[in-house]
Amino acid sequence: MSYAYFPGCSQQGMAAEFDRSARSVCDRLGIALSEIPDWVCCGATPAHATSHLLSIALPALTLAKVKDADAVATVCAACYSRLRIASHELREDAELRARVKEAAGVECAGEVPVRHLLDILCNDLGVAAIRERVKRPLAGLKVACYYGCLLMRPPKVVAFDDPENPRVMDEVLAAAGAECVEWPYKTECCGASLSLARPDVVCKLANDILREARDAGAHVIAVACPLCHTNLDLRQADVARQYGVRYEMPVLFFTQLLGLALGVPEKGLGLNRLIVSPKPVLEKLAAA
Amino acid sequence: MARVGVFICHCGENIARTVDCARVAEYAATLPGVAHAVDYRYMCSDPGQRLIETAIREHGLTGVVVASCSPHMHEVTFRRTVARAGLNPFLCEMANIREQCSWVHEDREAATAKACELVRLMVEKVKWNTALEPIHVPVTRKALVIGGGIAGIQAALDIANGGREVILVEKGPSIGGHMAQLSETFPTLDCSQCIMTPRMVEVKNHPNITLYTYAEVEKVDGYIGNFAVTIRKKARCVDEALCTGCGECQSKCPQGKLKTSVIPNEFDLGLSRRPAIYVPFPQAVPNVPVIDKEHCRYFQDGKCGVCQKVCPAKAVDFTQTDQVVTEQVGAIVVATGYDVMSSGEYGEYGGGRYPDVIDGLQFERLLSASGPTGGEVKRPSDGKVPETVVFIACAGSRDRSHGVPYCSKICCMYTAKHAMLYKHKVHHGQAYVFYMDIRAGGKNYDEFVRRAIEEEGAVYLRGRVSRLYQKDGQLIVKGADTLSGQPVEIAADLVVLATAIQARPGSDALAQMLKVPYDGYGFLSEAHPKLRPVETNSAGVYLAGACQAPKDIPETVAQASAAASKVLGLFSMEQMEREPTVSVVNERTCIGCFDCERVCPFGAIEHREIRDRRGNLLKVVSHVNEGVCAGCGACATTCRSGSIELRGYTDEQVFAQIAAVGV
Ligand SMILES: Cc1cc2nc3c(=O)[nH]c(=O)nc-3n(C[C@H](O)[C@H](O)[C@H](O)COP(=O)(O)OP(=O)(O)OC[C@H]3O[C@@H](n4cnc5c(N)ncnc54)[C@H](O)[C@@H]3O)c2cc1C
Repeated sequence: MSYAYFPGCSQQGMAAEFDRSARSVCDRLGIALSEIPDWVCCGATPAHATSHLLSIALPALTLAKVKDADAVATVCAACYSRLRIASHELREDAELRARVKEAAGVECAGEVPVRHLLDILCNDLGVAAIRERVKRPLAGLKVACYYGCLLMRPPKVVAFDDPENPRVMDEVLAAAGAECVEWPYKTECCGASLSLARPDVVCKLANDILREARDAGAHVIAVACPLCHTNLDLRQADVARQYGVRYEMPVLFFTQLLGLALGVPEKGLGLNRLIVSPKPVLEKLAAA
Repeated sequence: MARVGVFICHCGENIARTVDCARVAEYAATLPGVAHAVDYRYMCSDPGQRLIETAIREHGLTGVVVASCSPHMHEVTFRRTVARAGLNPFLCEMANIREQCSWVHEDREAATAKACELVRLMVEKVKWNTALEPIHVPVTRKALVIGGGIAGIQAALDIANGGREVILVEKGPSIGGHMAQLSETFPTLDCSQCIMTPRMVEVKNHPNITLYTYAEVEKVDGYIGNFAVTIRKKARCVDEALCTGCGECQSKCPQGKLKTSVIPNEFDLGLSRRPAIYVPFPQAVPNVPVIDKEHCRYFQDGKCGVCQKVCPAKAVDFTQTDQVVTEQVGAIVVATGYDVMSSGEYGEYGGGRYPDVIDGLQFERLLSASGPTGGEVKRPSDGKVPETVVFIACAGSRDRSHGVPYCSKICCMYTAKHAMLYKHKVHHGQAYVFYMDIRAGGKNYDEFVRRAIEEEGAVYLRGRVSRLYQKDGQLIVKGADTLSGQPVEIAADLVVLATAIQARPGSDALAQMLKVPYDGYGFLSEAHPKLRPVETNSAGVYLAGACQAPKDIPETVAQASAAASKVLGLFSMEQMEREPTVSVVNERTCIGCFDCERVCPFGAIEHREIRDRRGNLLKVVSHVNEGVCAGCGACATTCRSGSIELRGYTDEQVFAQIAAVGV
């Protein structure tokens, strides 16, 4: 399988470690990613909150550049969602295709499927292949896999796992030797889009998620979305101020955890970029 | 010379709004062969029909065209009218100027022109009509009832008490259906078993009823009044004649040990275990066990045989095989009931994952004195008596994302019942009900729900549950109370989902065997939603109970009695009249290719040998069984030698119509 890789803007800045760790992991697992030349921003919420046409035309600009690939691979839940929805709508709606052509000057029929890296890991590569390549199993590490509200929705368009109780990330990290805890907040919203307007609400939602992960016995939370990551990792000080609880809960991208297990050097994972350092947890684990 | 009468109906405004009926009548009068034409406001009314009768007599009409609604609606009506005036009923035809004209057009000019044309076509046809005489077929006055729930039981008893023989076929080891599983029944809270078991016993002892349990209908041939049904009686491996129902076998079956048994008890919906040889419940009829071969050690590895050793009546017989019997019946009542959607299909509420999220039928078993907890409400995970129970209505029903847009109709009532009965058993407990709307239409129904709320203290919250998860041995239920606009969170010990009522799996296959239409959800379709609610489009096949749509017991019983009365009505005749509009084969020209047999959906084509006087076989030709033929005409259009003619739709008649198009 050949994958046209869409890194996404967040992964160039705030979440550079997501991009870096994803590339390292794919390298280790023999998944060939070739970056889409000249890709542009997927538009994310700002685009689809402004105009439907814009929200389709922007991904179309990128998708139209994909040649000779079996699938488009993404890591960010928001990029995935936007590209996947655009490709779906372009496939179904000839009139929309024509309007996009007029607006963006590109022809795109959404033929190449848009896939999330978790989907590729689980369904193309298979967890058995991951297990074989694990060098340092994450034995003893309890992980709460947090999918967020976007990754599995809308189920009619996404449909690579159960939208109510997804398992893919759990399976991938279990293959890496981690113990994935059962917890109820897997697909709860973290409130990202209210980050600036209503920080109080976001703080509450982050607190709920952190609390449930802790109560389920998790040492760390694994995420697949840069916004979830920012919210949960960055807000723990605010949460402490508002709710008086200091969780010190490391929040990592699933690719970082997987990279650790595959023996990727820390440099290639960007662990130093995290606010709540995973070091203490990982050291304790290594000592045990 | 033909003397045709044409009668144009206004159908109130239905036709007259778009079609100028007076002009159509004027036009009709000019057609060759038309002796009389008139328009009238309601032709189907009493004066309307009298108008036709008088005209036939006064003008000596030889044929009649009524231009009004679809023949589906009133062909029978007008053919009777014509007959009253002494004309053969098949000399009357209908031109459909309502469904096929006024209802679908807007332009008055064009619609009027089209109505004129439709009338002209029918006038040309009716000139070729000939008098036809009804066909008489014998009626076997014995009924088959499929399914032994309360619907099948009621229908069987009514027919049997009406003096006719009934064969009742039940798939399971006992009759009773879902009603036997219920605790107490709304709206009066009488014990389900108490009102049910006497009827079950009556079925067993009734001289007019032959009961086949653990049996299924495999094949249905024939037609109304004359069905031949093949029934497979599955091997129970217990001789019904010898068994005394003492229960020794099941108490000694090593697969049934309380602690080690792994066989889920279907009657308790998996809330308990059972042995491999078992009677589904203590009041079962017949009280004869069956061996579940999949779990029986004797059948799996040849060892064991304990039941046979301990049976004092020597009734256990491992060598028993399925028996196939054929029965002749005149009518069939389908009463195969429903299933509930498994709570496992409601993943978002933890159905199938959390042991304390159960469905309504499981809760009935927890309430029932014969249930796994002896009638004490104890939750499945740890046997704790739940102090807070959340009931969620419409779990599946009215939910397109679960493929069930319809309302299951009975859940509002049984949920109120559940909240009430729970309170009766756990006095200090608190019941919460999440609902969308309360649909309690029915005699004393709304009062019943009010009682649950006002006297029994159930808290009703209007809203949906958004999330449900396990935490610290409880189920956290998050939802919205849309009346107060507040989010609510309840820590519950037990959650009961009122899951959707669905058709039984396999109902589609059964429907196909019986040639009964069914809807997209597998419920069997009645012939007319208002006027023929128990008949089907397959003559001689009737519906009773929840196989047709979700229904409670009163409605089920009413429909079952209605079906029985239809059967008794049919059985009041020794011979039945059928419409003569069936196919006939011209034996002289038939070449015996039997293409007609291949296309006939009703199996009406038979082979007939033509012999000379000395008995030498000359040829084999096709022959139409008039009792079976439904007059669809598929054979006539297929016949390559042009040897088949459909009475009432002969080539002459059809070509006359075609020739009249666009003149
Ligand atoms: C949780 C719950 C609570 C309820 N409480 C009440 C209440 O309090 N009051 C009330 O009025 N109603 C209540 N009902 C509704 C009641 O259960 C139904 O109205 C009633 O059972 C319908 O009867 P039936 O005979 O049509 O179907 P069923 O009870 O389903 O019986 C059908 C029978 O046909 C048999 N069968 C199926 N397929 C075949 C086949 N192919 N060949 C032969 N046999 C076959 C089945 O084995 C079964 O014995 C409740 C329903 C539920 C789910």
